[in-house]
Amino acid sequence: MKRWLLPAVVLAALIGAWQVVASNGALAGALHIESFLVPSPAEIATSLWDGRALLAENAWVTLREVVVGFGCALAAGLAFAVVLHLFETMRRALYPLIVASQTIPIVVIAPILIVWFGYGIGPKLAIVALICFFPITVNTLDGLRAVDPDAIKMMRTLDASRWQTFRRLEAPTALPYAFSGAKIAVAVAVIGAVFAELANPESGLGYLINQDGYQFEVARQFAAVVVLSAMAIGLFGLCALAERRVVTWR
Amino acid sequence: MPAEVTDFAQRSGTPAATAALAPAGVSIRGLRHSYGELLTIERLDLEAAPHEVIGLVGPSGCGKSTLLELICGLREPSAGELAVGGAPDAEGRLERCAYMPQRDLLMPWFSAIDNAALALRNRGVGKARARREAGALFGRFGLAGFEHSRPAELSGGMRQRVAFLRTLVAGKPVLALDEPFASLDAITRAEMQGWLAGALGAAPRTVVLVTHDVEEALYLSDRVAVLSARPARVVAELRAPAPRAAERDEAVTEPGFVAVREEAMRALRQGSR
Repeated sequence: MKRWLLPAVVLAALIGAWQVVASNGALAGALHIESFLVPSPAEIATSLWDGRALLAENAWVTLREVVVGFGCALAAGLAFAVVLHLFETMRRALYPLIVASQTIPIVVIAPILIVWFGYGIGPKLAIVALICFFPITVNTLDGLRAVDPDAIKMMRTLDASRWQTFRRLEAPTALPYAFSGAKIAVAVAVIGAVFAELANPESGLGYLINQDGYQFEVARQFAAVVVLSAMAIGLFGLCALAERRVVTWR
Repeated sequence: MPAEVTDFAQRSGTPAATAALAPAGVSIRGLRHSYGELLTIERLDLEAAPHEVIGLVGPSGCGKSTLLELICGLREPSAGELAVGGAPDAEGRLERCAYMPQRDLLMPWFSAIDNAALALRNRGVGKARARREAGALFGRFGLAGFEHSRPAELSGGMRQRVAFLRTLVAGKPVLALDEPFASLDAITRAEMQGWLAGALGAAPRTVVLVTHDVEEALYLSDRVAVLSARPARVVAELRAPAPRAAERDEAVTEPGFVAVREEAMRALRQGSR
């Protein structure tokens, strides 16, 4: 409880100050804040409620992109990490390339993906999955390599096969690392999905933010941001919950 | 021997689903090993008869752990002869040796009993049966009631006992113990030494015990080999005084014991140069 209290107080104070400044004409004027550009928290709350159908509809689109893209990256990332771990030559050949690939900004790749895969959910899933793939793969691989060499020797004298050493020693050691990777991935997945929607505006919260920008619906833009961050926090929380359920020995 | 202890010896000596391997000795002649340029072991001779407990002491970094790994078949020597139970190849040695590393290395995701039963599970024994077999020994190891505790819930001494149990349940004729009590506090260590002496008395195995503690080596072993600084070779072999008092604290203060300990210390100091 105490863990949440302090940040909650800070957040409430910030929102309170924002409300005061935005709704007080004299203060806003002194700070050169245009009320139609900076809505007050109360206006955002109203917009959140009034636009709930539209927001929910678009949030569902974004959520689907995030979850499916993340799921693909999780499956591919775990499989890739295991293969790289088991085959030394493949690791030496591919690991530097995976790291190097991260220097190419997703911003650059996104329009190319849209050209390749056209419209629809496909290129968006690809962007989300690409963004998620790296932290999951690298963290899981680090975890697999964090195994104590003495423990591997011990397992060999306890008659363990390669597979048993993997299943009983390496995989459980790597699990907390894989979860760390997944938590990072799920947070950036939301950013990736919004970015994909901005690059190719059809629907989703990114699309809504884009459209509302043209129409000076600034309050609803803020409302969409609130929904987005709630989504990211929720997904992160789910990952943390799953981790606590699975990694019971920590 | 009390009935309970005999029972223990019979049980732990022949766990089911174990290729019941005959008692095996260790025979090392002219052993040499190097990591690239670094020569770790040279002209090392050592014999351990079946069921003999050999203590290895030597200055730190002298290659004691490497020697254990060589015996266990986890490494291959650069030159020389090395056989366990007559098997010179790494696979044959691996089959006959169980290795207990310095730290307990219990797996935190397994309960104490599943850690102890690890070798049986690796050999394909079903979970229920493996637990039954390993669990049968928990009482004698002072672990009754802690079968389903996670390692994090156990004290240092208990963890070390689970680790030793895991090594024993593997049913191998040779146990390679690498400073098994180095991480424990002085009181627990003394307790565990007394306990290990009892456990080995009840379930005899060939043991190669690496330690940096001369007193521990002499108390637990039949014979102690003093190793030189790197590259390691045997500079002195000392027979531990026998018979020893049953109580550890009495045993290590007997004049005969103290005399051999001093002799070992001298050899150790000379070999360290």
